[in-house]
Amino acid sequence: MKDFALFRCCPTAVFLKQYETSTEAVLRKLGVSFSDIREFSCCGYPLKNFDFKAYLLASARNHALAEKNGSPILTFCNCCFNSLKQARHHLNRDEVLREEINKTLGKEGLGYEQGVEVKHLFEVLLEDIGLEHIRARVIKTFKGLKIATHYGCHLLRPSQIVCFDKAMNPSKFDQLVEVTGAESIPWRLKLECCGSPLLGIDDDLSLDLTRKKILDAAQSGADHLCSACVYCQIQFDRVQERLISDRSFHPLPSILYTQLLGLSLGISEEDLGINLNALDLSGMVAFLS
Amino acid sequence: MFFTISLYTALTIFAIGLLYKGSTWFRYGFDPALKEFSPTRRVYAAIRGIFLTLFSPKILTLFKVFVLEVVLQKRILKESRLRWWMHQLIYGGFILLLLMHALDKVVTASFFKEYYPTLNPFLFLRNLFGGMILFGVGLAVYRRFLIKSPRLQNSPMDVYAIFILVFIIISGFLLEGIKITSYTRYQEMVKEYAGIDDEKALKSLEMVWVKEYGMVSHKLKEPFEEEALIKGRVINESCLSCHSRPQWAFLGFGASRVMTPIAPGLDRAGLPNLLWHLHFLACFVGLAYLPFSKMIHILTGPLSLLANAVMDQRTSDPANWVTKQMIELDACTHCGACTQRCAVGIVYEAMPNRNILPSEKMASLKSLTAGENITPQDTRRIQEGLCLCTNCLRCTGVCPVGINLHELWVSAREALLQKGYPEPLILSPLSLYRGLMRPGLESGQYQKPIAWSQEALSIEFNKGSQGEMILKPHRDYTLKTRLHQAVQSQTFSFCYNCKTCTNACPVMDVYDKPQEALGLLPHQIMQGLSWGLTDLVMRSRMLWVCLGCYRCQEQCPQGVQITDVFYQLKNLAIKQVKSRLNAG
Repeated sequence: MKDFALFRCCPTAVFLKQYETSTEAVLRKLGVSFSDIREFSCCGYPLKNFDFKAYLLASARNHALAEKNGSPILTFCNCCFNSLKQARHHLNRDEVLREEINKTLGKEGLGYEQGVEVKHLFEVLLEDIGLEHIRARVIKTFKGLKIATHYGCHLLRPSQIVCFDKAMNPSKFDQLVEVTGAESIPWRLKLECCGSPLLGIDDDLSLDLTRKKILDAAQSGADHLCSACVYCQIQFDRVQERLISDRSFHPLPSILYTQLLGLSLGISEEDLGINLNALDLSGMVAFLS
Repeated sequence: MFFTISLYTALTIFAIGLLYKGSTWFRYGFDPALKEFSPTRRVYAAIRGIFLTLFSPKILTLFKVFVLEVVLQKRILKESRLRWWMHQLIYGGFILLLLMHALDKVVTASFFKEYYPTLNPFLFLRNLFGGMILFGVGLAVYRRFLIKSPRLQNSPMDVYAIFILVFIIISGFLLEGIKITSYTRYQEMVKEYAGIDDEKALKSLEMVWVKEYGMVSHKLKEPFEEEALIKGRVINESCLSCHSRPQWAFLGFGASRVMTPIAPGLDRAGLPNLLWHLHFLACFVGLAYLPFSKMIHILTGPLSLLANAVMDQRTSDPANWVTKQMIELDACTHCGACTQRCAVGIVYEAMPNRNILPSEKMASLKSLTAGENITPQDTRRIQEGLCLCTNCLRCTGVCPVGINLHELWVSAREALLQKGYPEPLILSPLSLYRGLMRPGLESGQYQKPIAWSQEALSIEFNKGSQGEMILKPHRDYTLKTRLHQAVQSQTFSFCYNCKTCTNACPVMDVYDKPQEALGLLPHQIMQGLSWGLTDLVMRSRMLWVCLGCYRCQEQCPQGVQITDVFYQLKNLAIKQVKSRLNAG
């Protein structure tokens, strides 16, 4: 298997350290080799809103660094995944743009040629390791645990560019959840946005979207949400905590997929940073057998 | 006399400078905190905080940090070996020279009863330490000016620091060199220490010094008779107890060899004396300038490392937190480690605002907290730099003096955002951090900057009074060319108004009357673009509540890249607003 360059998403440093540590723990357990490129910068996702060129530069720089290192990028954040893939898509199709970007990157001795393969953690799990292999490594399974699987927009769309799964009817994440023994339940708002992109801009709207999703998941019978993206998890964990002040709201804690899988692979709660989640996940362990 | 006066003048300036600097740590601050805590309250809090820390188990942490981070510079080593060697050589050489050479009468003489500056190993060590500094400075110059680190900026401050240091060391070596060659100096020494009257004996001694000690005599020329030399060496025995061979001062001796051909002239012109004055003056200038230069980090660097090791924003006295931040601003050496690791440093290449780079932001924050008069344009640029941060904390992780840069950005950002300058960047996901920290802010303080930025946008695209829609008389068909090729934003003209996008948009479900709340709906925006009604499109609130979830684009039967068109429109709108705001 290739040696992946692990792409750490910016906000994880303050708000979601456990996604980094749990991903590392799971990858080690499954024998995936990875390393860090310290010079990696922002994937460009937040920059897209105000300067397309700045977004492309940031994204292309990461590609160039990985290219120099000869390693494909492995990311656990949907937005990083999407931004890096889109940048590669645009740059490989537009020679003028590529030249312009390379002029700037050249100042620090870098160059974008073809870009590197960008893989979401799920793709590595499904394609490089394989469901069967993971199943063989699972020591504890969740019995009777109902999970509302939240894909996250940028893992699926625009589908012609990200090519992860069928955009309107995906099943890959569900299979990954079910490998742990948990049940992935159907729910109406499964493919909707978590609301995170508007947090800090229009909080009411952002929280409305989050509330609606959580309510729908709960009504569909889920015990927990499970997410695959840094931004979605922050929204379903820290931001959901804020909704609890409203008495009529019943929280539905969200677990990161790496934490869910890690538990069934027998990795300790401490290594997975379960206690770092804002909402209480202690109930999860009761389902493990 | 000259020496004493200049020394005391330098010491006085140094002391006043230090007091002044120290006072700014308690007087300066970011806006809200500045009003909240008086300087007296901050001094009192600091004394109390230090006292409580020293008499608690935290003293062990302080000790550990002092050894590992202050003395051994673990943080620099982690970042770059080159920089560690550079710093260790300069700082090691500097401290050792200061103790052994500059303060020799106080320090060295008290340890070694037989101490003479002209005696080995002192002669050799002085050269070794000086050489270490020169080599370290060489590495610094190499790093700053020869290897082009991306976006590493040099300020005059960096050049002065290197210049003064180099001047002190080079003048020292030249002084040593000229003294080795100096006939006058030799005569003085003979008069003072030798106690010989015999002409012949004096001549033999002089021959030995010319041949073996590098002295340049205008009276004697080689070759010398072997007999006289042997005699001279015997006489010289008595000199050896306090004067080693100058060759041990390998750099000073090297300098003397270069000067040999013109040494008599230089000697007669009084150069030894002049260089002596220059060397001391340079040291005194360095001393007096220290509190005002980046060299103050000799003091503030350790302070910042130690304070950050034992302080925590949640538990520490908020007054002390402000004081600590002000010390941090003075601890910054402008080394650029933060800028090299900054996640959005590359954006500087697309948006050339120096304040995007952390190391340059530090300089701006210094002026800001000092209450300097900053123009609205500059304030806006600092604000833009502060908002352009993805909160990845790498700057804080790599700072060699342990500055919590990220907390500085947060404090400064909030202080500036309250000043009322609209900042369109906060209408992007860069505001995630602010949104998450909302519980710590009062609601007016939180909401106002967002409202101001939205207002700036609506003023830009709605020139009429509130509510009334004034459309430009002519239609704007240039938009198609202004949108970015790469995302095929031009696809909007394929739209046939089937409303699939609007039906797919998750934002629609939140409102009872979406059209009233949002201005134009997604399919109407596409239609508006085809009609060239750019201003109508730009003012619709829909653009600014787009989640970027790509549902519309995914489902569009015509392949219109709706989400990407939205991104492009936002780019154009922000660019337009920014250029108007920057123009004042």
